[in-house]
Amino acid sequence: MSLFRNIVFTAVIAGLLSGLLLTVMQSFSTVPLILQAEVFENAAPEAGHSHDAAPAAGATVSAAEHHHGEEAWAPADGFERFIYTAAADMLSAIGFALVLIAASEAFGGFRGWRGGLMFGIAGFLAVILAPGLGLPPELPGMPAAELGPRQIWWVSTAVCTAIGLGLLAYTRSAVFAALAVVLLIAPHLVGAPLPPSHETAVPMDLYARFVNAVYATNLVFWAVLGALAGVVREKFRAGEEASAGSSAKLVSR
Amino acid sequence: MVLNSAAAAVTISASKIIPLSMTALLGLFIVGFVGFSHLEVVHNAAHDTRHSLAFPCH
Repeated sequence: MSLFRNIVFTAVIAGLLSGLLLTVMQSFSTVPLILQAEVFENAAPEAGHSHDAAPAAGATVSAAEHHHGEEAWAPADGFERFIYTAAADMLSAIGFALVLIAASEAFGGFRGWRGGLMFGIAGFLAVILAPGLGLPPELPGMPAAELGPRQIWWVSTAVCTAIGLGLLAYTRSAVFAALAVVLLIAPHLVGAPLPPSHETAVPMDLYARFVNAVYATNLVFWAVLGALAGVVREKFRAGEEASAGSSAKLVSR
Repeated sequence: MVLNSAAAAVTISASKIIPLSMTALLGLFIVGFVGFSHLEVVHNAAHDTRHSLAFPCH
């Protein structure tokens, strides 16, 4: 139980801090580009859905064209939206940290910030870069295939890449290395679900800046998440070896 | 002696399996909820995060 508790503590601390950093980076890079893209999205309602079409200009058009039917709740633009983005960032970061730390413990732990950094970069490769090769980051208003198949491809690619990287790092046999290469390449041979047409009202230079910003912010985020998890994990080892030791002491008494 | 320590190593890793898999499942559940839930309200709340993390969205 102490192992679970210590990992959760570590993940919460590392996730809150790195998620906060991610939110700050995003509010200067990706979020302004998303807001700009929404202007084009709302101007061209056929381009897809319009989720938070605020009662601004063209509200009647976008409501009529609304992809999801009933207008669902959405945070108001500005501060409220920022708060929800920050919360979602930190929650995601905690979730990623939980998985990252659990994976590292299965292989003997981070052993400090450097090991954590390596795990963090592996996380970036598995969660951002590999899925991004097939499904690049999207701006609102860009066409895309059905959501379900894309999510399945995304998850499969992340899992295959993570297992492939793990095999390369932790096994020494040629068979496993070959299997790792297959796992790394297979999702891209299968190919991501693509939309029938890539036509969009979103300007390409806006999109290019967005893709760059997504990769840059996420690389920094994963590196910091991993390194922080490595540092904090060393501080929270209370009870793990001690519980074994104390039970031995109790027996000796 | 060697056998003993090997057995100890196995029991330690076996005792770690449950907490580690619970931790990983908790993490996957959180990421799945924030990033992959089809609930419209969750999508709207986490919208900018989903786009900025390159999750499939919409």
